[in-house]
Amino acid sequence: MKSSVITFPGSNCDRDMDVALSKFGFKNKMVWHNDKELPKSDLVVLPGGFSYGDYLRCGSMASKSKIMHSVINFAKSGGLVMGICNGFQILVETGLLPGVLLRNKYLEFICKNVYVKVDNRQNPYFKNLDKEIFEFHIAHNEGNYFCTKDQLDEIKDNNQIAIYYCDKNGQTEEQYNPNGSMKNIAGIFNKEKNVLGMMPHPERMIDQSLSGEDGSLFFKNLINNLK
Amino acid sequence: MIVNEKIAIEHGLKSDEYKKICDLLKRTPNITELGIFSAMWNEHCSYKSSRLHLKKLPTKGKKVIQGPGENAGIIDIEDGDAIVFKIESHNHPSFIEPYQGAATGVGGIMRDVFTMGARPIANLNSIHFGSPQHKKTKNLLRGVVHGIGGYGNCMGVPTIAGQTSFDSSYNGNILVNAMTLGLVKKNKIFYSKAAGLNKPVIYVGSKTGRDGIHGASMASASFDEKIEEKKPTVQVGDPFTEKLLLEACLELMAGDSIIAIQDMGAAGLTSSSIEMASKGNLGVEINLNKVPCRETKMTPYEIMLSESQERMLIILENGKEELAKKIFDKWNLDFAIIGKTTDTKNIELFFDDKQVVNIPVNTLVENSPMYDRKWKKSKLPKKIKIKKNTFNGLKIKDVLKKVLSNPNICSKEWIWQQYDHTVMGDTIQKPGGDSGVVRVHGTDKAIAASVDSSAVYCWAHPLTGGKQVVAESWRNLISVGATPIAITNCLNFGSPENEDNMGEFVECVQGIGEACEYLNFPVVSGNVSFYNQTKEIGIKPTPSIGGVGLIKDYTKMVTMNFKEINNIVMVIGKTEGHIDQSLFARSILDEKNGPPPEVNLFNEKNNGESLLNLIQKGHIKSAHDISLGGIIIAVSKMAIKGNKGIKFNKSKNLINEIDYLFSEDQGRYIIEINPKDLKEVTKILDQNSVYHEELGIIIEKDMIINQKTKVTIDELKSYNNNWLTNFMSA
Repeated sequence: MKSSVITFPGSNCDRDMDVALSKFGFKNKMVWHNDKELPKSDLVVLPGGFSYGDYLRCGSMASKSKIMHSVINFAKSGGLVMGICNGFQILVETGLLPGVLLRNKYLEFICKNVYVKVDNRQNPYFKNLDKEIFEFHIAHNEGNYFCTKDQLDEIKDNNQIAIYYCDKNGQTEEQYNPNGSMKNIAGIFNKEKNVLGMMPHPERMIDQSLSGEDGSLFFKNLINNLK
Repeated sequence: MIVNEKIAIEHGLKSDEYKKICDLLKRTPNITELGIFSAMWNEHCSYKSSRLHLKKLPTKGKKVIQGPGENAGIIDIEDGDAIVFKIESHNHPSFIEPYQGAATGVGGIMRDVFTMGARPIANLNSIHFGSPQHKKTKNLLRGVVHGIGGYGNCMGVPTIAGQTSFDSSYNGNILVNAMTLGLVKKNKIFYSKAAGLNKPVIYVGSKTGRDGIHGASMASASFDEKIEEKKPTVQVGDPFTEKLLLEACLELMAGDSIIAIQDMGAAGLTSSSIEMASKGNLGVEINLNKVPCRETKMTPYEIMLSESQERMLIILENGKEELAKKIFDKWNLDFAIIGKTTDTKNIELFFDDKQVVNIPVNTLVENSPMYDRKWKKSKLPKKIKIKKNTFNGLKIKDVLKKVLSNPNICSKEWIWQQYDHTVMGDTIQKPGGDSGVVRVHGTDKAIAASVDSSAVYCWAHPLTGGKQVVAESWRNLISVGATPIAITNCLNFGSPENEDNMGEFVECVQGIGEACEYLNFPVVSGNVSFYNQTKEIGIKPTPSIGGVGLIKDYTKMVTMNFKEINNIVMVIGKTEGHIDQSLFARSILDEKNGPPPEVNLFNEKNNGESLLNLIQKGHIKSAHDISLGGIIIAVSKMAIKGNKGIKFNKSKNLINEIDYLFSEDQGRYIIEINPKDLKEVTKILDQNSVYHEELGIIIEKDMIINQKTKVTIDELKSYNNNWLTNFMSA
């Protein structure tokens, strides 16, 4: 399986994503934001970081960079595009995903482990996972998901909510919401479920010496689903 | 403007220093030249009060590749790898403008490290604030933490450990010390020594603006009521540009185009160009019209003294200009050829086709003033005689609650949760442990780092305090299973012109030196920050020690959380019951006098090396050094982190229970071992003459201290975890 990770100026999880994808069997290529064409890919990843310093608005400038034309076309033709953290912010700025990511409710950067509940398995990312609750890691300042009421109704109707923040037993009460995001949303799909944006970083949890190993389960399953 | 003595004094120079400048030049300097002298000769850049004493520190060792004198120190970690590291202060700017002050402190230290060719792999910090009751403390703390996070998070370098303290002596002068570690191949290290004639001098990075002019001079003076006016001397950080600069520099460094490279830190273009020329014994010629400027009509004076951030000066091989320019263009950074190296041994600056500066480089560097300041020796204070009945009314549980929730002991999670500590995917020990640990990417090795200071001990007796901080750093590395290699130090003191403060400096340095020498733990880099005072009141002497160690097989790393029910908990090192200067004495008895605990370097070395041996043999399930708060605090933290309790054995000790639990004797650790290893462990400890005793066994949810005293883990957590969060949200 071939993957591409886009490096924007200010991306800083691009290497980590490369390490994770390669570890679980992807043939990964790093792609520069100023390139025009995407290499042939089964999966495109927009990594975390601070593209363009998060100046103006997180993800806004990166969403206009040259490579994004190809990425958007790739997504519109059904290709798998996954945005992690800043990548999620870029995806909402392109309009591929609905809503926006506001500043965290308590106005502070948060770096810690959280639990998330997988809500929807009818998609190439979570299909065949026999686990419901994952321990993932978050590190962000703007992860507070927000959208209009109409948009929310629509994403609910279309089963677009990918993962919710919860406790280790899967309870999704407000108190387990680290950043104030609407309905505890930690990640969403587009209507077609080929585009996924999420705040947690599965690439930081890929061996037992790190914060945990639930990221390994995610990547192993993802590559199997794509085969 | 005609320069005279009055103008020189306004630049922070002393009358005799101004006279020396005129003598050296055999003429009156012009205003730009005076600015350059003032920047090079201030305390921050010239180390004029400290040089004499710093020379006495041990800086050599088998593992040392580069000691003090370069952008950062470098140690060998085998297999062709090396670690570049340094700690630096950004105290004065952080007090004036906490966010930008702290942010640019972090940015500056990272530049020092990647200037040498290393990719930064970990950040640490040591931050000290005034009393929690002081009206400025909360805002300063919030601003500093946001600033450190704002810069480090954006750079994508994990912040893996740190230290925070509160003490009223920092009310008018907080401390912000930032440390960075970088990884480099031994054969790809870059230095700042210029070489060769007519080599192009290249300016890269951000444009030069009017920010930070006289920043280094500001950092070399005391504060008074007019400090707010000094805000324009604080630089403004742009971590995004620094991230680009890092990537661009490392890309250029992969080839062989660079002869020398130096970041523009304190005193900007002035100190970087002069230091490179001085080290290469060359001259340098710069056309200031070529310097990329952010603002219009900047004068030579402003260009030379600006401390705009995220800039580098590079001396390239001839013919490599195009290749280098391409890389910086790719990263959207300024690139300008601004001058060349010469054989005049002078710094010559041109502006609008006129020569505006012509100074022999050696007058700025070798001829800079050096002072043997007067200093007062401190006597070891007499031990406090605590009346026998003082402890009678004290309930251990109440005391424990107070000490565990003390601002200087409580959990600092509110702070480190705001720092990205997991980016780069190699953090295997997060903040909150004895040391932060990161893997050396793609290898079995890991690097442990910790930053420590003990201002209270240093204040009570500087010589002992200096030794103690080094010993504590050493213990923090040992506790995670790392072999300590070397340290970097950030020496924060009051005015060197005050005999008491100068005495504190001299004796702390002596203590640091003795401990480093004995423990074979050399100093490879560091910085001195004097004038940490407002009006006449100096801070408590606060040397911060950043220790670095190597774990050859990261799977053998040890953490402090209790692991398994029924395991045995032991204390290594002898508990004598030293209560003076302990947190208990200060916070419960309100007793601030007496000597700090004695540091026995033989025991430190012997106990530490024996424990390391046990760790390497796989006998140690968890370990934690005993420091502030004594045995009970160390054990409480292990219990909280492991979510397991402990039942204390009936004490066989002759000393009072309070003394036993809360005293701060040095050279001690708590360890957890499996009962089946007890025989072997005690045998090894006995063979090495290491004092040890069994403290108790691990049980489920309670800490049972004696028949009358039981504390649940949830209670311990609530004592320890809430103070800071409550304080910041109140």
